Amino acid sequence: MSAILSIKDLKKSYASGQIALNGVSLDIERGEILALLGPNGAGKTTLISTVCGIVNPTSGSVTVDGHDIKADYRAARSLIGLVPQEVALEPFEKVRNTVRLSRGLFGRPRNDALIERILRRLSLWDKRDSRINELSGGMKRRVLIAKALSHEPRVLFLDEPTAGVDVELRKDMWDIVRELKAEGVTIILTTHYIEEAEAIADRVGVIARGEILLVEDKASLMTRMGKKQIDLQLADPLDSVPEALAGYDLAIRDGHTLVYTYDARGPRTGLTRLLNDLAAAELRLKDVQTRQSSLEEIFVDLVREDAQ
Amino acid sequence: MNLTAISAIYRYEMARFFRTLLQSFLSPVISTSLYFVVFGAAIGSRIDQVEGVSYGAFIVPGLVMLSVITQAISNASFGIYFPKFIGTTYELLSAPVSFLEIVTGYVGAAATKSLFIGVVILATSTLFVDMSVAHPLAMVAFLLLTCLSFALMGFIIGIWAKNFEQLQLVPLLIVTPLIFLGGSFYSVSMLPPIWQTIALFNPVLYLISGFRWAFFGLADVPVGVSLMAIALFTGLCMAVIWWIFRTGWRLRV
Repeated sequence: MSAILSIKDLKKSYASGQIALNGVSLDIERGEILALLGPNGAGKTTLISTVCGIVNPTSGSVTVDGHDIKADYRAARSLIGLVPQEVALEPFEKVRNTVRLSRGLFGRPRNDALIERILRRLSLWDKRDSRINELSGGMKRRVLIAKALSHEPRVLFLDEPTAGVDVELRKDMWDIVRELKAEGVTIILTTHYIEEAEAIADRVGVIARGEILLVEDKASLMTRMGKKQIDLQLADPLDSVPEALAGYDLAIRDGHTLVYTYDARGPRTGLTRLLNDLAAAELRLKDVQTRQSSLEEIFVDLVREDAQ
Repeated sequence: MNLTAISAIYRYEMARFFRTLLQSFLSPVISTSLYFVVFGAAIGSRIDQVEGVSYGAFIVPGLVMLSVITQAISNASFGIYFPKFIGTTYELLSAPVSFLEIVTGYVGAAATKSLFIGVVILATSTLFVDMSVAHPLAMVAFLLLTCLSFALMGFIIGIWAKNFEQLQLVPLLIVTPLIFLGGSFYSVSMLPPIWQTIALFNPVLYLISGFRWAFFGLADVPVGVSLMAIALFTGLCMAVIWWIFRTGWRLRV
């Protein structure tokens, strides 16, 4: 696979002095789905906006399929579709007209059959002649997606596509994203929802305070996260791990809790043996709790570590 | 050149105009009729003639200019301000279009709308006064240039404005007074000498004078100067817009 989008040392400081991007370098492979995770104000939207031409970068370079976004902006931009975070649509315009406008803006000849296909796929066909202000919030989001798809982009940016969207619509959107990927469209989505990244991304990137902290294959990330922990709260306090339990990956927390880390995906977790050995060592349990380190935890840890 | 994009913007903007066609058509007809009642009948009956032209006919070019200029500015400024206000400029900025294409689409549509209104006013005028046009080609040229240049100016105002108040500010505080003081309803030669000199600093004077010359062959300033003035103004507006898109002023952060 080769990179379809290449970002090199991209920096952006706003007039207020705020540094939104602090040397971001990122290669996005052709046909992949990359999920960009990051807290509010991390620079996700600035990064997308800069690539799309809405924000002027302070320095650095971006190429889309080899076309520089400045020098060769026409070629670069014509490959990109953008679904913005904010629902920005002309309220009195009809759905079909606004989608047609988008296609026209990208220099594509009118193609009613294609627009119909897109609107049907997004369950908007029945609403094609409705005015935007008659649509629900979820429908408006679909219109934004229809507009972005209207010119058949090869790279699609989805800036928090499912923020404030109900579960059903979210699942719908994931399906659409998977279909687009199957057609070879490269997708970059930003999200707050870790489960979204888990559900559809091939790779996950974490961004905080304008810097990319990590970009990793989701599968390997998941393996790292496959570790589970069980908290065994004891009835009586404990100073150290008893000899009889030395063979386990155990730690003591707060003097009362034994924390056992194991691989939930492995063939053996060792849990049964551990519980038997605990009983044999006459340690009485007060409570038991299991925890899985999720993408969310890794993410939170990463961002916290970075902040320190 | 992304001609498809120009035509997409142009048609989209014109569609908004056609949605309110009756309104767009009726308001200039009514306001022109009112001007004829007030200026033509009530005041005109006491003025009779200006430099050999009946007062009713004399004010027609000024009336057309008044409406065309205000309409060109308001259509163009609203046309670009509204997308800015609701946030849809993201699409314009991320599309493979040059500033020239964006401007051609928006300004072209605004100029077309104001041209339409100018023609409606001219047609309405013929119901009230007898008129002939001495230099039809020059008349059309002046009309087109005015539509274009003030639509360009309106486009700049629309990008500059940060709120609806500012959108109204320039037309109300600057443009309307300039039009009224630019000889819409009188010949500058009717003013006291000192005001005649001051009036020469009003750019709108050159437009109205040139436009009136096209009708009646009489002008406050030489027609060549009028033409130069409007060409200069158009060029200036284009330069400002070129700079706006180059720097992204009030469009890109």
